[in-house]
Amino acid sequence: MTIEIKTSTLEPVRNTFAHIEQRFGDKPATRYQEATYDVQAETNFHYRPYWDPEHELNDPSRTALVMSDWYAFKDPRQFYYGTYVQQRAKMQEVAESNYAFFDKRNLVASLSDEVRAEVVRYLVPLRHVEHTANLNNMYGTAYGYGTAITQALLFNGMDRLGIAQYLSRIGLMLDGNSGDALKQAKALWMDEPVWQGMRALCEETLVTQDWFELFLAQDLVIDTLIGELFYNQLDQKLTAKGGQDIAMLTEFMQEWSKDTTRWVDAVTKTAAAESDANRTLMAGWIESWRGKAAEALAPLAEEMLGGSHKGDALSEALAVLDKRVAKAGIQ
Amino acid sequence: MAAKKLSLKDKYSLLTRDLDWEFSYQDRKAAFPFEEFEGIKITDWSKWEDPFRLTMDAYWKYQSEKEKKLYAIFDAFAQNNGQLNVSDPRYVNAIKLFLTGISPQEYQAHQGFAHIGRQYGGVGARVACQMQSLDELRHVQTQVHAMSHYNKFFDGFQNWSHMQDRVWYLSVPTSFFHDARSAGPFEFLVAIGFSFEYVLTNLLFVPFMSGAAYNGDMATVTFGFSAQSDEARHMTLGLEVIKFLLEQHEDNVPIVQKWIDKWFWRGTRLLSLVGMMMDYMLPNKVMSWKEAWEVYFEEAGGALFKDLARYGITMPKYAELIDKEKEHVSHQTWWTFYTHGHAAGFHTWIPTDEEMDWLSEKYPDTFDKYYRPRWELARKLEAEGKRFYTKALPQLCTTCQIPMLFTEMSDPTQISYRDTVYKGERYHFCSDGCCDIFKDEPEKFVQSWLPVHQIFQGNCGGPGVEQVLGEYYKMNLGADNLDIKGSPDEKRWKQWKGVA
Amino acid sequence: MSKVYIALQDNDVSRYIVEAIEEDNPEVTVIHNPAMIRIEAEGHLVVKRETVEEKLGRDWEVPELHLNLITLGGNVDEDDDQLSLTWNV
Repeated sequence: MTIEIKTSTLEPVRNTFAHIEQRFGDKPATRYQEATYDVQAETNFHYRPYWDPEHELNDPSRTALVMSDWYAFKDPRQFYYGTYVQQRAKMQEVAESNYAFFDKRNLVASLSDEVRAEVVRYLVPLRHVEHTANLNNMYGTAYGYGTAITQALLFNGMDRLGIAQYLSRIGLMLDGNSGDALKQAKALWMDEPVWQGMRALCEETLVTQDWFELFLAQDLVIDTLIGELFYNQLDQKLTAKGGQDIAMLTEFMQEWSKDTTRWVDAVTKTAAAESDANRTLMAGWIESWRGKAAEALAPLAEEMLGGSHKGDALSEALAVLDKRVAKAGIQ
Repeated sequence: MAAKKLSLKDKYSLLTRDLDWEFSYQDRKAAFPFEEFEGIKITDWSKWEDPFRLTMDAYWKYQSEKEKKLYAIFDAFAQNNGQLNVSDPRYVNAIKLFLTGISPQEYQAHQGFAHIGRQYGGVGARVACQMQSLDELRHVQTQVHAMSHYNKFFDGFQNWSHMQDRVWYLSVPTSFFHDARSAGPFEFLVAIGFSFEYVLTNLLFVPFMSGAAYNGDMATVTFGFSAQSDEARHMTLGLEVIKFLLEQHEDNVPIVQKWIDKWFWRGTRLLSLVGMMMDYMLPNKVMSWKEAWEVYFEEAGGALFKDLARYGITMPKYAELIDKEKEHVSHQTWWTFYTHGHAAGFHTWIPTDEEMDWLSEKYPDTFDKYYRPRWELARKLEAEGKRFYTKALPQLCTTCQIPMLFTEMSDPTQISYRDTVYKGERYHFCSDGCCDIFKDEPEKFVQSWLPVHQIFQGNCGGPGVEQVLGEYYKMNLGADNLDIKGSPDEKRWKQWKGVA
Repeated sequence: MSKVYIALQDNDVSRYIVEAIEEDNPEVTVIHNPAMIRIEAEGHLVVKRETVEEKLGRDWEVPELHLNLITLGGNVDEDDDQLSLTWNV
């Protein structure tokens, strides 16, 4: 009897925080909602930053894109910190067991010299591209607006550091932990003509000022093309040459790409649907970076896939990109 | 060929340190533009020592384990109505102040570390800052999730997002972090990574969280200690950065010392809020603010500064003054909130007899002499139905934004005032420390969004204080503010507990 | 010499870690606070993987320490085999 009385008086006085109730109604909220919406401060900033006196500390005008509500960028994965690290922990557990299996069975010995050379020449240098992607996503985290998109950019940035480290481990597997493969790959990245377009492109993204433009350049344009050329087409080529075990080491990147594509597409679509002005702006950015990226990747695609791939590798990758862009409602 | 086994250090270095490169196609300074304007000289980023060498895969693995444990406790806490186990409903007010005053600053730390995690030219330091940015996001989110259940049963939590940008006393922590974030990348790290994390956050997280445990709040102690486990990494980053800057160039020493002096002072002013939480807002007490200060600043911080002496770094300016203030600040701060209890988003109260005796014991040189008489007078007035509220809006210090409540240490009955004139305007301060900080960066501090000035200028609604509180701050007047006695919080608590 | 310190959450794994620390650093002082165990030592303190593994009866990696760690004071050096805390003076 006493227990019944107690529970009947233990009715909550409210279901969630006021700003969450205002957005989603008076009902219990999800953890994603409470961790995300309206978390970032919006007004009454005390001091202008020494490093950017033209703007407030948090300022929506650091991009030319305009949104009436920056929290429209809902993450379809609903990642907040806790769900993010738990999802990645699951993926890293699989990756760890793949890498351990590869190591234990000495699968590196089964790779032909040709496959090894291709991995060092084409796959390992991507660690520098991933490192660039890490910085570019951190850029959006730091200068973007609204927790919904900035937290997802941070997660992406940290993913890219993780991927750079996985790619480095592939190098270490090939060189018996001497680091020689990493040195060779870095030398290629620095001096080999076939990589210079890509390096110049990465350097250009790192001096790009508009964070949303940079998001489109990196996470939509460059990542789609890299994913297609390296993790799809190169992977097929290596498999055809008896290097199928390498796929165990890139499984993380492929899984990651599926997950991240969903988020990038949602953001792109939402931004474009906001206004004609946004759509026009985005179309211009995408076209410009598509052109630069295609030019940078052309010699790599040609050398890496020209002989083996039926059809034109780069055109196919660009078609995948164009399809994603069209699906987001941008012509 | 058997691969050689790599040590943690070599592995981390191979995986991470060589990812960056010298630019050929763009000016590298355009990609990392903020490294020089503060006058800090970095001659060689490769000398950076990674203290923990945590790779991302290990980060995901260990952090997800922490999260799993933490959320299991949150779930159990909510399912079992853990709020009923806290010592006393007064306790909940300490965590209201935590959610509204501290959690938004975790978010600012996340933003600040993202900024320097993009801007530092050295990949080792950069990656450490990025991880800290991610951890700080974790902290704000776990705090919001921990408070989510309390919000369902107590007043004062529901508008934390709106309040963070507006409420008068919240501008103290907010402006502290705005100051750090608007500074250059190295000052930010000395401010937050070193002065705040290494020297001061232990005071916030360790004894206070131990106090939460002692008051039956399993949700708070769990997020507190779980967050603090990241803090160990952050503290170490803070210390490594200081050592790195000092080793890079001797010209860095006076700049770093100036920042340490500034941020130590800013930090101790900010922590007067924590002093009051510990001495007055925790019904079951673990240690006094003074004792916590002695263990975590005087002993631990003293050891740190002794260690840094080899670089020519000395104890922060005004440390000897703070040594005296530790006897006073918690009492002066809580008194100020008590007398402005109508304008606070949490409840206030007069300490019980037992609590006053505890305060006498912990502060034998000051409590009975200066503070007990005030509380006894307040109690007498309350008994006569004349509960006293200060109606006038307080004058705020231009730097720390705390009302003028601190006294001269040479005469603890005399409020401490300082002022200075800049470009024909007079600015007011609570202390020499705050006045010095202003004089060093007047162009920054003339921008301060001082809540009382803003109210007088009509920027916060009005005309009366009631409208400011109710409409501009969105406090639920009569529920969020005033005494705990007679509050809806107290009424509900009694119902749950079945007491009259 | 100044005191280095480490504080651990008061839970089952920590009890074994504390035992290991006490064995490797006979001079430490162990202080129990609500929900927290604080261990102090003059100048230097080390947590050794091997000893913790022995106490726990299973493999244990040094970064696992962070799951139970609350705070520490001193210059940190972590490698595969140990985490040490040191003040130079």
